[in-house]
Amino acid sequence: MANTEIHIISVRTYLIVYVALMVLLVATVGASMLPLGGLHLPVAMTIAVIKAVMILLIFMHVYYSTALTKIVSVAALLWAALLILILVADYFSRGWLDIPGK
Amino acid sequence: MSSLSTTLEEAVAPARTETLLSPHFDDVEQQSNASILGMWFFLSTEIMFFSGLIAAYTIYRSLSPEAFRLGSQHMHVWLGFFNTLVLLTSSLTMALGVRQSQLGRRDGTVWYLVATAVLGAAFLGVKAIEYSMEIEHHLFPGVNFQVPAEDAEALAAISETPEALQQNLGHFQMMFVLYFFITGVHAFHMIIGIVAVLVMAALMKRNWFSGNGTTQIEVLGLYWHFVDIVWVFLYPLLYLIDLSGGH
Repeated sequence: MANTEIHIISVRTYLIVYVALMVLLVATVGASMLPLGGLHLPVAMTIAVIKAVMILLIFMHVYYSTALTKIVSVAALLWAALLILILVADYFSRGWLDIPGK
Repeated sequence: MSSLSTTLEEAVAPARTETLLSPHFDDVEQQSNASILGMWFFLSTEIMFFSGLIAAYTIYRSLSPEAFRLGSQHMHVWLGFFNTLVLLTSSLTMALGVRQSQLGRRDGTVWYLVATAVLGAAFLGVKAIEYSMEIEHHLFPGVNFQVPAEDAEALAAISETPEALQQNLGHFQMMFVLYFFITGVHAFHMIIGIVAVLVMAALMKRNWFSGNGTTQIEVLGLYWHFVDIVWVFLYPLLYLIDLSGGH
């Protein structure tokens, strides 16, 4: 296995991540109250992804974990992306071709 | 006397390593990595499970965006804000609990785990208050569900045909079906998490683990942080669709 010692993250690092998560929480509520037109969803999801990545890398120690764990954690998100993308693509392209029993 | 204690330590030490290490692993580190990897496989299935629900949400919201926007305005934004804050804080206490166990500090681990469970319970308490208010306002899907009059009017104004209006009204209720189902399943995960955290805290207190329970607490932490991440997405998707009021 790659690393021999458990990497112990400092309290300071955890607190910095926590404060950043709080700032982003305020930012996501603030953004929902701004007149962004159609941009509310992309902005909210961008903030959510940043928060999730910080939790994944630091709180869940993925940054310091073995390569195999990194691959599995990323693959899980790829499966989720495939599920949603293909479902959405299927749903919205069904009416395009006039096939009986679609 | 000292020679006797040395002999005792030497006699005890190998036995302790044996209980720490299961025979099918090469070393303790491989064993720990296997546990963490196993938890990640479980979390992958959990991600798929919640993705299915998010996918259903995506489809219905894209079919009736205005119904979802109006539905979202009935959520209690500041209770949700408070709950997100509580849950992120519980993730911090959990991370610090894992750190304590890595340092071999059992008492510290127990206290951080208890703090995590208390914050988790606070989250559920606030969620219960939200649910009761929504049920009181006839927003729980089913026979007692009522589309509020102003929302029904707003949907009538944007619907071009009676069929489109029926679909929008139906999808307004569907917003609440998804809301109660997804947050309900999330709350169920929280209940399991709180029980697991308390069980682990009790075992820690009783000195039940070999090797300070570092791997066990770490794996527990992965589950807890995962449930937190799910909420990080649910909060903006359900509560914060568009609060600018500029439509």
